[in-house]
Parts: sequence; structure tokens; C-alpha cells
Amino acid sequence: MTDAIPATSPAPITMAKALNNGLRKAMEDDPKVLIMGEDVGKLGGVFRVTDGLHKDFGDDRVIDTPLAESGIIGTAVGLAMRGYRPVCEIQFDGFVFPAFDQIVSQVAKMRTRSAGTVRMPITIRIPFGGGIGAVEHHSESPESYFAHTPGLKVVSCANPSDAYWMIQQSIASDDPVVFFEPKRRYWAKGEIAQTPLPLHSARVVRPGSHVTIASYGPMVTTALEAATVAADEGRDLEVIDLRTLSPLDMPTVLASVARTGRLIVVHEAWQSFSISSELAARVQEHAFYQLEAPVLRVTGYDTQYPPSRLEEEWLPNVDRILDAVDRSLSY
Amino acid sequence: MTERVYAVHPEPDMVQLLTPEGQRVDHPDYPLDISDDEIAAIYRDLVLVRRLDTEAIALQRQGELGLWASLLGQEAAQIGAGRALRAQDMAFPSYREHGVAWCRGVDPLDLLGLFRGTNLGGFDPFEHNFQLYTIVIGAHTLHATGYAMGIVRDGAMGTGDIDRDTAALVCFGDGASSQGDVNEAFVWAAAGNLPVVFYCQNNQWAISEPVTTQSRVPLYQRSAGFGFPGMRVDGNDVLACFAVTRKALDDARGAQGPTLIEAYTYRMNPHTTSDDPTRYRLADETETWKLRDPIARVKAYLTRQASVPGEFFAEVEQESQQLAERIRSGCRALPNPSPESVFEALYADMPAELDAQREEFVSFVGSLDEAVH
Repeated sequence: MTDAIPATSPAPITMAKALNNGLRKAMEDDPKVLIMGEDVGKLGGVFRVTDGLHKDFGDDRVIDTPLAESGIIGTAVGLAMRGYRPVCEIQFDGFVFPAFDQIVSQVAKMRTRSAGTVRMPITIRIPFGGGIGAVEHHSESPESYFAHTPGLKVVSCANPSDAYWMIQQSIASDDPVVFFEPKRRYWAKGEIAQTPLPLHSARVVRPGSHVTIASYGPMVTTALEAATVAADEGRDLEVIDLRTLSPLDMPTVLASVARTGRLIVVHEAWQSFSISSELAARVQEHAFYQLEAPVLRVTGYDTQYPPSRLEEEWLPNVDRILDAVDRSLSY
Repeated sequence: MTERVYAVHPEPDMVQLLTPEGQRVDHPDYPLDISDDEIAAIYRDLVLVRRLDTEAIALQRQGELGLWASLLGQEAAQIGAGRALRAQDMAFPSYREHGVAWCRGVDPLDLLGLFRGTNLGGFDPFEHNFQLYTIVIGAHTLHATGYAMGIVRDGAMGTGDIDRDTAALVCFGDGASSQGDVNEAFVWAAAGNLPVVFYCQNNQWAISEPVTTQSRVPLYQRSAGFGFPGMRVDGNDVLACFAVTRKALDDARGAQGPTLIEAYTYRMNPHTTSDDPTRYRLADETETWKLRDPIARVKAYLTRQASVPGEFFAEVEQESQQLAERIRSGCRALPNPSPESVFEALYADMPAELDAQREEFVSFVGSLDEAVH
């Protein structure tokens, strides 16, 4: 979908504030919505996304949990069985793995195992991605593990407006949603749209005619920066914010590829067996005759996430994207 | 290298209300006022779940079930705990809790689908307040704990209304006690003073590993470090299991917090129908535990000391036969899953991208059927 975002908020706000507003709205709308995680109460979360919610909604609805991620998700399963709608915060991407069994074997399967009688309306918020100079386990992009798992839905916001709307839509969903927040963009400001797009839809954020750049989360901003530079060189890039990683919105991607004939997928996550792997497979299957060049990828390398003094070079950046544009157009 | 020698804890006294010889005894902390009719009803439950188990094993041997996890030897631990639950309580089973399921009113045929391969559980856990079997051991202790958090938030604890106050009971084994999830559940339950009862059936074996592989201390002592009470009960004494679990559930519903119960019992059969215990345990051990059979002692009591009518045992036996026949025919009649069924109930809001996969699977299987016919 292509759309201009009509501004409704009086002034641009940060993504962290937009998430905070979205969480507050969800809690006001539905008394069954709970927030749970480490330091989400009085501290307001290490990124302040839950700032002020504990003060206004109290201990019963904003729960500082013991420091055990499997426990956070496992108890959320029980709360969901009791009719609650938990929103779990995993403090950093690299800390989700102790909860992996609860997410992929319990949350994801419960609905099917119970023949549809047990709902799992759980939202799992994960600040993800690098570029903040952090120590290890604080900069990772684990989205593919969850996108690979049937029974889960996976989304990522790239701007404050989507953050505000998508968190509410995820909480309202009767399916479990893993919600990836680009932590390096928490403090970027933007206006809030009056109405949301459907949760599981991609958006063309910059129309163009030469090459399609598909991205999500923190890399959408980087892709747009690359498109601005490319325009000076006479190259017209179309940028898609995927927004939803499971399910993928293939009609939007395929329509774009039909226009440009060229696709570059950009994400911070490791390259192999990733969102870009899946997009490349689907595009070659469904748009084989529209392609003028192979699908190219600009991603993190298949190594450990590097020490922070190397992350600027390791992560996709404007130069790496422009280099891929050159290669795509050379076919 | 010299072998390390650990301090051995003496076996503590277990709560017991009915000796292996069928003698009623009292315990100061667990008074039990129970009629002979009620004990007769418990006997019936014990016999019928053992028969259910026997039939399921036979069905596996005949190729009708892919697998079965036998409860033989643990009938008392399960019937005692199951009967202590009130209708509004929620039970969270492992995969061997056929006796608890029986007490909750779950149709035995609903348990067979998982083992026959016709579904992945398939029943509505809220119909009888009995959740689906959990095969990842210990994962469900957190579910029970979260459910207990919900009970607290619903104000369904400590009101004194016996029809409203609610507890969660979670069954797991000695092997599961080593899982991180179980220990996290203990942390949560203690810190939140939650209405959950942790019911550990220590059946001495986690497949081939003895309980000494899991713990240096008796399992019931684990709760002390977390800050809530734990006790060991004779898991082959149905009256003691009932009384101890009832007390723990009463405490939970009354806002007195969690309890760990270690029901000390024995897995008389292999871990599952795929297991071969001759490779890791001695027949002598099993023979010793046969003398502590959970059903024989109830029968001995009813025969010698109670006033049940003479035809009672024959009636139970007849009912057991009828149950066996129903299980045999019902198992074979369980419908095979259709190709489209694996796509059903996967999501509340099914993504359109899965439609193509469903169409492909259904039509491909259909085309093979057409080719055959």
C-alpha cells in the first residue's frame, strides 16, 4: 500500500513515546491488558517505553517480574488461559533465548493443540538491532527464528506512527505477536497518523522506478537515506517498509518488483536462512519473468555480532546499499 | 580419582493414612474424616484407571496407539490429588496424569488421540478445567503459576466463598524438578504468594535416570529455599495423597500461598511403551514396590474393616470390563485427521499466504486418492 501519513498529533513524538502512548491506550481500552517484564514498573523500562504506566495502572497491571525470561513468557501463557492479554517485554534481543521453548513450543502451539479452544493473545515486545555501541547480546536481530515458527506472527515498526498503531493492533490480536522494536530509532521523532494500516501489510514509503529496496525496522531509515543519495545520481529507488515479517505481505513486494524488475533486501540480521532468504525464494518463484537482475541482499554477515567499534562497518549502511544498487543495475 | 561420597539424608517420615497392609492410621496434621462409601468410590476410581491404562498398553501393542505412558503404580497419587480438586480449580498435567484426568471427568477417549496420532491433544481444557498434556517436562509449571496470577487478579482467592476461591494444581515428575522452568515457577509462586500447588510425583525414575541424578536432597525439601512449605506423602496411599493435597489446595485458595507436595511413589511399568527398563533397573526393586501396591491396600481395608456389600467388588470388575470394551472400540473409531485439519486452529486470523499451501496439500492428497480409486 502507498499512502501519505496525515498528521494528527500536534507535534512529532519519539518512537519510545509513541509506544508508550499506544500501550497506555491499549490498557485503557481493555482491562485485561497487562504489562510484564524486567524493570517495566517504577523504572519504566530500560528504554522508558513503559514510563508512567505503573504509576497510573498499579502493581496488578504493570508487573515487575523476577529476572527469568522463560518465566515471563510461561506465566503469560497461564494468564492468557485465565483470560488476560499480557504484553511481555524482553529487555534486549539477546535475552529472548531463555524463553525460546515457551515461545515456540508453548505459545505458538497452544491454539492448535487445543483445537482452537485456548487463545494466546500474547504480545512479546523485543527491542532489537544494533548501532548503539552496546556490549554483546544487546544488538542482535533474532526475528527469523520466530518468523520460521508456525503459530506466531512477527512484525516490526520503523517509525513512531507505526509504533503507536501496530502495538495496539498486536495487543488486540487473538494470535500471539512477536513485536520487534528498532532500539536505535527509539528517539527519532515523527508524526502519528490518524488511522492505521492493517497490521499485516507492507507499505511503499518511497515510490521509485529503478530498483526496489525492501527493508524493515531500523534499516528503513537507512534505506531512505540511501534513496536520497541515489536520487542525486539519477537513480530512482523504491523503498518498501515490510512492517510484517510473518506473514509477509507478498502482493506489495511483487507489485513493486513488477514495476522495477530489481529487488534488494536490507536487514541487520544474519544473511543465511533469513527474511531476505525467504523474500528471494518467493520473488523468484512468483516474479521470475519480471526480474531483470538477481535478488541481492545487504545484511549482517554470518558471524557473531561484532564488537561495537566495528558495528558501523558490519551493519548495512548507505554505502553498502548503494553498492548493491550498482550491482543490481549492472545486469 | 577417588569416588566422591555424598552425605545421605535419612528418609523422612512420609504422611501416611493407610498402611500397605490396609490399616487406617491417623496423622496429627492431616485429619481425615471419610466414610467407607467414599473409600469404596475411591477404590472404584483406582481400579478403573488401572484398567484404562492396561487397555491402552494393549492397544499400543496391537498397533492402535503409537505410544502410551503408563501410570501403573501411580494410581493413588493421581486419584488422591484429583479428588482433592474443586470444580473451579485448574489442573495442569504432565503426560501421565490419566488418573487426574479421570477425576476431572475427561473422557478417556479424549486422552487417546494424542497417542494414536489423530490429534495433538484436541480437547477443550476449560470443559473440565483440565489442561492439555504437556510433553516438554516442567513447562506447564509456569502456566499454572501464571494462571494463579490471574486468579489473584480476579479476586478469586481468600474470599471464603468455597465456590469462588480457586487454586491451580500442577503435576510433574522427579525428572522435571531439574528443569529451569520448575525452579522459575517456584520463584514466581513464592514471591507472589500465589495459589498454586506443585504436585511432584517422584516415581523414582526419569526414563533410565534414578532420582539421585536429579537431586542430592529429598525433593520436597527444595521448596524451603524458595520460601514455601514442602512435604512428602506416601504416594501409594490414596487417602494420604487426598488429605495432603486437599490441605494444600485449601491453603492456596485461602491466600496462604503455594505448597510443594512430593508424592513418593514408583513407576511400575517402563517409562513408555518404547522403553526397556531391564537395561537400567533391577527386577528386585519392582518386586519390592509391588508389596506397596496402591490398590491392594484399599481392597484390604474394604475387605477387612469396611461394610461394603459383598457384590461390590464384582460390580466394579464388571464396570471395568465395560470400560475396557468402550476404550477398545472407541480408540479404533477415532477419526483420522484430514489434510486441511493441520491448517485449522493454527491462527485466530489465518494469513492468506497459507491458503495456497493448504490448497496444495489438500488437492495433492486428493489427487493421490483419485489415482488409487
